[in-house]
Amino acid sequence: MKHATAAAKFIANDERAHWHDKALWFIRSKRDRMAHSVPEWELLRDTAAAVKAHTMTHLAELLEQFEENATKLGATVHWAKDAAEHNEIVHGLLREHNVKKLVKSKSMLTEECHLNPFLEKHGIEVTDTDLGEWLVQLRNEPPSHIVMPAIHIKKEEVGELFHRVLGTEEGASDPPYLAEAARTALRQKFMEADAGLTGVNFAIAETGGIVVCTNEGNADLGVSLPKLHIASMGIEKMIPQAEHLGVFLRLLARSATGQPITTYSSHFHGPRPGGELHIILVDNGRSKLLASDDFHRSLNCIRCGACMNTCPVYRRTGGHSYGTTVPGPIGSILAPSRDPDEHSTLPYACSLCGSCSDVCPVKIDLHSQLLTWRRDIAALGYVSLDKSVPMKLASAVFRRPWLYRFAGRVARNVVPWMPRFMLYNPLNVWGRKRELPEFPKESFQQAYARRQKTSGKGGVR
Amino acid sequence: MSSRDSVLKAIRKSQREATPLPTLDQNWLTFDDPIDQFTTVLESVGGKCIQVKSLSEINDRLAEFPQFESANVRASTIEGLGLPTFSLDEIDDPHDVENVDFAVLAGEFAVAENGAVWVTDETLKHRVLHFITQHLALIIPNKNVVNNMHEAYKRLSFEGGRFGTFISGPSKTADIEQSLVIGAHGPRSHVVFLVDDAF
Ligand code: SF4
Repeated sequence: MKHATAAAKFIANDERAHWHDKALWFIRSKRDRMAHSVPEWELLRDTAAAVKAHTMTHLAELLEQFEENATKLGATVHWAKDAAEHNEIVHGLLREHNVKKLVKSKSMLTEECHLNPFLEKHGIEVTDTDLGEWLVQLRNEPPSHIVMPAIHIKKEEVGELFHRVLGTEEGASDPPYLAEAARTALRQKFMEADAGLTGVNFAIAETGGIVVCTNEGNADLGVSLPKLHIASMGIEKMIPQAEHLGVFLRLLARSATGQPITTYSSHFHGPRPGGELHIILVDNGRSKLLASDDFHRSLNCIRCGACMNTCPVYRRTGGHSYGTTVPGPIGSILAPSRDPDEHSTLPYACSLCGSCSDVCPVKIDLHSQLLTWRRDIAALGYVSLDKSVPMKLASAVFRRPWLYRFAGRVARNVVPWMPRFMLYNPLNVWGRKRELPEFPKESFQQAYARRQKTSGKGGVR
Repeated sequence: MSSRDSVLKAIRKSQREATPLPTLDQNWLTFDDPIDQFTTVLESVGGKCIQVKSLSEINDRLAEFPQFESANVRASTIEGLGLPTFSLDEIDDPHDVENVDFAVLAGEFAVAENGAVWVTDETLKHRVLHFITQHLALIIPNKNVVNNMHEAYKRLSFEGGRFGTFISGPSKTADIEQSLVIGAHGPRSHVVFLVDDAF
């Protein structure tokens, strides 16, 4: 579906669209306060960008080094070239350990791989234990944000949902009451789980360890009770050394939610005594992205979500309008790399304001990559007629000065007299939410010539 | 070809010209009074910091907490502290610590810039205790407060493998309409004792 079409549904509810916008802007403001409280913020961003750049130019060695060190610590490292292989590996491990119930902490990678429906098809009960993720799981919908998966849901809706699922009081919408009900229900899930699966925020080549950041403590609870811990990670999560975490952990939570650090930043080095740790390294299109001269830097993303929180389009259209696992500016770069036809409208869900590039903690040039995608999508012929035809017309006019002058005359003298139905017709997509400006009496050329005459021949004043 | 080899091969094919690692040797943020900074930040994330002269003071201070007084099941890894109601070493299955109400555990060091405390499972058989207890108290020598995360990692070594985590305040969620709720899955309260005399 086109982004604009999906977005139209979201903004049809004006009050909700504004509420959503405000909620995200609030987080963006918290991020600003946090960023400003660190005097070396820009140095941190530069350093993070340089570490990531180095990592990407040494990725193969670092992955091998990671594999070797993680194995030494007693973990088992698996490789998956795509989503299907990842899901098979997870399922194989669960089968081998006779796992009936799995608890998961937030992992956008497993969303990307559609792991839940795959495991459920095989009769495994999967529970997403991050509260936001659980909410969207119970509602049978995808997350609408990578850090705050349920940012689009109102507390009254949570109340209704919990009344239905957990039997909480009807009409309750008090967040502490609802969160307490979730705590009790999910405690049970943690206690019953046969295995825990987590995502990975950072993997350290030098030590063979992985780092998982949460605020709720759900990742730690999920993998500290059962014996089996599966960690799924994209190959781009690698960093060279543990000391680089100093840079990334200082940036991540401040950028994401405006906290000084997440409540828990857990470092797993090998399995716990008597347990098993399986780490799955997933490609699923990442090596292809690495090969792209224009878009490889999008792999540096640490998934903080700051670009979404600041994006004027994301804030007003909601994460679901993107139709991808990762929405917002970074998602609009990643998705077309997978399927440019399917996601051809995403690079246009952008005003090119550049705010995303300004807040990105690893300094990805998001807005210029989005612009580049527009070029590529046009070259591939995926631009819809309502964009390509006016562009062709404009180019024809701009290349011919006589035609440009003629069109200008028509616009100034004829358009103001045209009836509304002719101007604001279904063909004029631009005019749907906009009014044409008032047309001036004379063209710029005419006005300039007139001023030159009245002010003498002195050239530009 | 195995997936491992094909992934690595694909990466190698597209690897571009090497760029160097940046130096981390910078004038990172420091504080005139790191303990004061730690205390302020910890409070801002829902925790509490208490300075005491000696370990022996801690039990008295703990008694001031209603959640300690009313705790039925208490655990502790520090001798003489926290009035434990059972011995952790006798427990084999981590699920069996589910009902712990109050845990008193040792932390290694604290980070002033973000209120975090580094804890490990070196002296703790069941690391889950950090996350499953209803209330948590961490004990740290007050000389172990570093300014920032760069100093923190200078102290850390992961050789031989062990579990460690930075904990900054009690467990929390803001997933219901961005309202902050303390006590998401883990501890509902979090207090850090900074102790004068080293232990
Ligand atoms: S692109 Fe940058 S700002 Fe956006 S989620 Fe990734 S790291 Fe954060």
